[in-house]
Amino acid sequence: MNSASNSSKGAFLAVLSAPAAWITLFFVVPLSVIWAYSFGRTLGLTEVAVTGTLDNYVRVFDPVYLMIFAKSLVFAGVTTAVCLVIGFPYALAMTFATDRGKILLLLGIMLPFWTNLLVRTYALMAVMRTEGYINDAFGLVGLGPFEMLHTNFAVIVGLVYVHLPFIILPLYSTLDRMDRSLIEASLDLGAGHIATIFKVIVPIAKPGILSAIMLTFIPALGSYLTPDLLGGPDSQMIASVIERQFKRANDWPFGAALSFMLMYLTLLAMAVRAIQDRRATRAQRHGDA
Amino acid sequence: MAKPLDAKPGPLEYARRWPLRLWVGAVILFLYVPLASLVVFSFNDSRRTIRWEGFTLDWYGTMWNDAALIDAFTNSLTIAFISMLFSVVLGALTAIALWRFRFPGKGLFDGAVTLPIVVPEICMGVAMLVFFGQIVPWPRDLVWPFDLGAIIIAHITFSFPFVAVVVRARLASFNREMEEAARDLGASELRALWDVLLPHVRPALISGGLLAFTLSLDDFVITFFTSGPNTVTFPVKIYSMVRFSVTPEVNAASTVLMLITIALTAIGMKLQGRDLAQGH
Repeated sequence: MNSASNSSKGAFLAVLSAPAAWITLFFVVPLSVIWAYSFGRTLGLTEVAVTGTLDNYVRVFDPVYLMIFAKSLVFAGVTTAVCLVIGFPYALAMTFATDRGKILLLLGIMLPFWTNLLVRTYALMAVMRTEGYINDAFGLVGLGPFEMLHTNFAVIVGLVYVHLPFIILPLYSTLDRMDRSLIEASLDLGAGHIATIFKVIVPIAKPGILSAIMLTFIPALGSYLTPDLLGGPDSQMIASVIERQFKRANDWPFGAALSFMLMYLTLLAMAVRAIQDRRATRAQRHGDA
Repeated sequence: MAKPLDAKPGPLEYARRWPLRLWVGAVILFLYVPLASLVVFSFNDSRRTIRWEGFTLDWYGTMWNDAALIDAFTNSLTIAFISMLFSVVLGALTAIALWRFRFPGKGLFDGAVTLPIVVPEICMGVAMLVFFGQIVPWPRDLVWPFDLGAIIIAHITFSFPFVAVVVRARLASFNREMEEAARDLGASELRALWDVLLPHVRPALISGGLLAFTLSLDDFVITFFTSGPNTVTFPVKIYSMVRFSVTPEVNAASTVLMLITIALTAIGMKLQGRDLAQGH
């Protein structure tokens, strides 16, 4: 309110200066350097000359790298779809549970979420190995063993395992806000539960569901560790290729261009989500009026 | 079509219907079976981790005597602790600045502190690699814990925006009249912020701090790009062990890390519960 008054100027500077300086020096500057490098050329081992060339971006559109982008989008897309199918009923159960049940169901997904990502990935590796527990179980009934680890299947399982909370939490918060009398009306008027879910709940919750999809898709797209440890040689995602440019291949400018392509994709997905959110709040206001 | 007349589960009590119960049970099994088997087999008396050969604590002993692993563990906890302290301060300042003041470039600042939350980890990782490799080379041979400086700075950078989000949510429920009353009674602006606002946001500072601690302890990708041969953290160490081979020692180390996370979360919930109960 009295933002410009002199008395509060000291307080204002005391509060703002530290975080502003930190974020500029340790976030904006490093990202800007990468951005500048993406228009550069390697000179020596780690020397880069920023020449303003667009060569690196042209190389991104090489079919080899386009395929990897496409594969990453497919991996993230399939992961999101599977998460939605698995997570929606869970979120529904959470919404209509008792208060105690809600806390338990919430803890149920949050405890693995808080567990170290590397520990979770390692646990999956142990389960899916050729001599792992799943193949042991198959062996008991005379099947297998199946090669699961280091396949695309393992990558999807791993990504779903890691990203399930990303879809359940926003789904729950959307479903929990919903007007329950509409569901009751649908049931009272003779619609079955399945029909009610698809014809009443899903259409009403659609903006929230789309937002939840984006919140799962975005982190899945940039995954590095899961495809690296669970995948095989043909399950590389963008992040692995970026890592290789900065470590083994030592082509920083090209790695920088790939990073920024991934960043633009992420920001695009964020923008789509923001538009959906705005539409959702507008629809809600419309509904309240 | 028809509702059950005996109305055992009410029409909206989806959580009590058996298909959903079955589904929820399956999801919980999917999430917990890998973790539970990891814990169980850390006590298994066999190098090959597939079959149960009897109970042993040998793997915990092996872990305890593995100096490199213990070093990595100490590094991780040190980094997480320092990062937590800085993140709480920076996060709280960010939240207060955005909530209390209007200033030119506010949108820009807001965007800049939100971006670390959404930027893919790999992008931030390579940015940190280049920054600490080329722009501001971090000296390699500093004494501990200063050799961890680059990693700590990177962790603070991605953690404090999360703290800011938590604190901002808490600030939304603050009664501005309280601060105005303090000002009317002669407190300076800073004094009012310190004495009136801070107690109100304390629960958010605690949960934000724990979040920062967990984020730091959990991070692999960004650390992977900022750590050197002498500054290995626990996840980076586990990564190299896992690449090499799967041994019960990794199970034991993972179990210890899980216990620490669960304990921290429980403490956080308890502290926060007490704080809320006091009616702040």
